[in-house]
Amino acid sequence: MIKPCAGLLALVLALPVNAAGVDLAKSSLNFSFRQMGVPVAGSFGRFDADVAFNAAEPAKSRATLTVHTASIRLPAPDAVAEAAKAAWFDVARHPQARFVASRFTRLADGRYQVFGRLTLKGISRDISAPFALREAGGTRWLEGALPISRLAFGVGDGQWRDTDTVADTVELKFRLALSGR
Amino acid sequence: MSIPRYTPALVRLHWLMAALVFATFAQGVLVSQLPVSPAMFRLVSWHKWGGVLLFGLVFLRILVRLRHGAPPLPAGTGRGARLAAHAVHLVLYLCFLAVPLAGYFASLAKGFPVVLFGVFPLPVLIGADPALAERLAAVHAVLAYAFGALVLLHVAAACKHQWLDRDGLISRMAFAPAPSSPKGQS
Repeated sequence: MIKPCAGLLALVLALPVNAAGVDLAKSSLNFSFRQMGVPVAGSFGRFDADVAFNAAEPAKSRATLTVHTASIRLPAPDAVAEAAKAAWFDVARHPQARFVASRFTRLADGRYQVFGRLTLKGISRDISAPFALREAGGTRWLEGALPISRLAFGVGDGQWRDTDTVADTVELKFRLALSGR
Repeated sequence: MSIPRYTPALVRLHWLMAALVFATFAQGVLVSQLPVSPAMFRLVSWHKWGGVLLFGLVFLRILVRLRHGAPPLPAGTGRGARLAAHAVHLVLYLCFLAVPLAGYFASLAKGFPVVLFGVFPLPVLIGADPALAERLAAVHAVLAYAFGALVLLHVAAACKHQWLDRDGLISRMAFAPAPSSPKGQS
């Protein structure tokens, strides 16, 4: 009886590092960028996430994030309306942006790195982001940030390609609350 | 006829601020007409920088004004005219404080901090609040138009002195004494 118990115990101990999903209500996808040197903060209110993170064996993790581009939030209502237009997110033709992780590694500082492909506005590019696993209030959080070139995805086309008014770099911050153990 | 002038520092501040307030007001009016575009973003920023500069300059101007005073009004100025002149000048000073302040807080409430010249971040004293932003923007606009009306009154008074009274009062704001021509401010 001892041996199977130990096996079960090992399994139970291993389980907490495997997440069944993401508590979307607690999770957030924020971004910030500069407009004439002014920091502007925004977020996406609606996204789906399928994440199974294995801290012990990061390579066994998987993650897919689907962002509903129409759910963008910006400080001004006219900015939200503008963001939906063809020059920006072209919400009508590209209602979703998707990130599919292909590889996870552990970093020397105890954090992790995710590699994957981001498809935004029909353009796919490889991106990578460092993130940390943090436990707080009984929830495990995956928190990371990465700079994204908006122009690499054609976000802000035409007259908006001018980066003196709206900077090219958008700092994306993700905070995912892992649910289930 | 040599009319006593304002101290040179105040004369310079007057004309600098006159040019700046004109440009800033024009930008403000234009911005409210423009669609969201890079040009509009630039104008909004310049407008805010103009407001910040005016807000800073008016303190300097108040200091100079308190230190050096104003040249006396022409001897024949009636009590009512004297009072009106002082009242308009005082309210103009108040406008230089109130209009930028209302605009600054409107910007903060909209969720856009003000970064002078796109380089120097100014204090974020209140958080984003859309309802408050709308009220503050309305206050800012009403005050700005009142300011504009007052400036027109100020200019009209100067014109009256120049062309109706022909008392050369505008020489008080001339860059150099110009006994031959009271208009010589250039």
